[in-house]
Amino acid sequence: MELFTPDFGLVFWMFIAFILLFIVLAKWGWPVIIKQMEGRADAIDKGVEYAREAKQQLDNAKESAQQVIGEAQARQAEMLREAAKMKSQIIEEAKKEASEEARKVMEAAKVSIEQSRKEAELQFRNEVSKFSIDIAEKMVRNQLKNDEEQQKLVNKMLDEIEKN
Amino acid sequence: MRKKLAILFLLVSILALPFPAIASEEEEGKVDVKENIFHHLGDGYGWEVPFSHTYRIPLPVIVRAEDGSWHCFSSGRLIKYDEEIDPESSKTHVVSVPQIVTIDKEGKSAYQFVLAHTSKHKNKVVQLLPTSQGEQEEAAKIASSQNDEIVDGFVKFDGKYYKEYKPFDISITKNVLALFIAAALVTWMVMGLVRFYTRKGFKAPRKGMGFLELCVDFVYTGVIKSTLGDKAPKFAPYLLTAFFFILTMNLLGLIVIFPGGANLTGNIAITLVLAVMTFVITNIHGNKHYWKEIFWPDVPLLLKFPIPIMQVIEVFGIFTKPAALCVRLFANMMGGHMIVITLTLLIFIFAAYGAAIAGVSAAVSLIFSIFMLALDTLVSFIQAYVFTLLSTIFISMAVHEEHGDHPKATVEEI
Repeated sequence: MELFTPDFGLVFWMFIAFILLFIVLAKWGWPVIIKQMEGRADAIDKGVEYAREAKQQLDNAKESAQQVIGEAQARQAEMLREAAKMKSQIIEEAKKEASEEARKVMEAAKVSIEQSRKEAELQFRNEVSKFSIDIAEKMVRNQLKNDEEQQKLVNKMLDEIEKN
Repeated sequence: MRKKLAILFLLVSILALPFPAIASEEEEGKVDVKENIFHHLGDGYGWEVPFSHTYRIPLPVIVRAEDGSWHCFSSGRLIKYDEEIDPESSKTHVVSVPQIVTIDKEGKSAYQFVLAHTSKHKNKVVQLLPTSQGEQEEAAKIASSQNDEIVDGFVKFDGKYYKEYKPFDISITKNVLALFIAAALVTWMVMGLVRFYTRKGFKAPRKGMGFLELCVDFVYTGVIKSTLGDKAPKFAPYLLTAFFFILTMNLLGLIVIFPGGANLTGNIAITLVLAVMTFVITNIHGNKHYWKEIFWPDVPLLLKFPIPIMQVIEVFGIFTKPAALCVRLFANMMGGHMIVITLTLLIFIFAAYGAAIAGVSAAVSLIFSIFMLALDTLVSFIQAYVFTLLSTIFISMAVHEEHGDHPKATVEEI
């Protein structure tokens, strides 16, 4: 039957058409498309991997940032504590120093007071002695206005020396 | 949903309406179902256009005459269509009148070609050879004695017998042109995608091109790469070309009007070439292991030594595998076309029983035709896919390196 016997003309042209199509597509068509498709698939895979890694890195970064912040906070607390301690110490020291200074000043003041008291005492004594000498002189002068009196005194003196 | 159904029904009935009128015209001439089917399934020198019974797109006829000279002429010269008015019903109908194409050589009419009707080479261009009166009468006598108009070596034309010569015929027929159109379409689609890539770089194509890429990916990754592995890039161009060429031809065949409508993959010449390609590629690339499997397979010695039973079976198998490829595609596509044509012809057959029956049969036929065409669209994909898949498996069996893990099981399943 006509339908089941291949027609030579059609076989001939089919062969030519197919070979031409094959050459054209095998050279410029399929390799490009396949390369492109695979390249894109690889690129997508890489992109996904990259994103995953980036996310992981981000997570890691967050974690480390948290850690750094924690450390910083701890250090801050430490510093604050230290500062407080230092403050109280400084105050303490200052107080001590101040009291020491005060004591020294007081002592110096005492010394000077003592000195001035001594000086004043000395001066007072000198003055008192001076006064008493003056008084004595005056009294002596008054008593020794006459010879009798003078005699009496020499006697008395001599008595005294004898007694001794 | 009901509204849609109603609209559909209305559309179908409207489509069905004009048919009784046309059909009744044909009533007189009696619809020759077989002739019609084979005309639509077969090849032709011209290409029918819709809405015209008298015009066909002329195509070049290229033949080699008996003396070895090549001739090329338009197929429009082979047949003349006349509109004839029937004196009784005053209806017009078309009659085709075959013409003798005469090609002059040095002033003499040297070569005569005609489209054979009553001959062994029906519907082919044959060369008329000079025939004497005696030979003509002899042929006529043979015809009447064997009660058959066809006489070997003669063509009956215009009531007379002429000696015929079947020339070497590489005309650009309807099928050949459809073949070129399909090839051009595939090239255009694929090169379009390639151009897209070169222009847009790594951007993914959308819409039509995206679908094309999806198909390429489906065939390449799903079939070729998974079967052939690292040998895939070597055979992918052939397999992909075969897939897209077959698919395009299948789908073009389903479109009724130009540039579709040619029953290409339902023609054994086309599928034969495709199968031969697979056969050649398979056997050229067949490695040592492949040939060993054929000539010294791993079976008990008695099966292969004194009498080479297995060898005969295996050698036979080399040829049956591509033959199955060829017939499978051909039969599937031709069957689909045949069913649609038969369903359509039912309308004209039933037209003889009056307008009412014709209308109903038209509606029913249309619904079935549409269903069959939808099915054929699916079959077009499936057959292109199956051809590619089986070719891939045959090639992979030929180039497969180590023993075991044979893909043979998959072949049996299909």
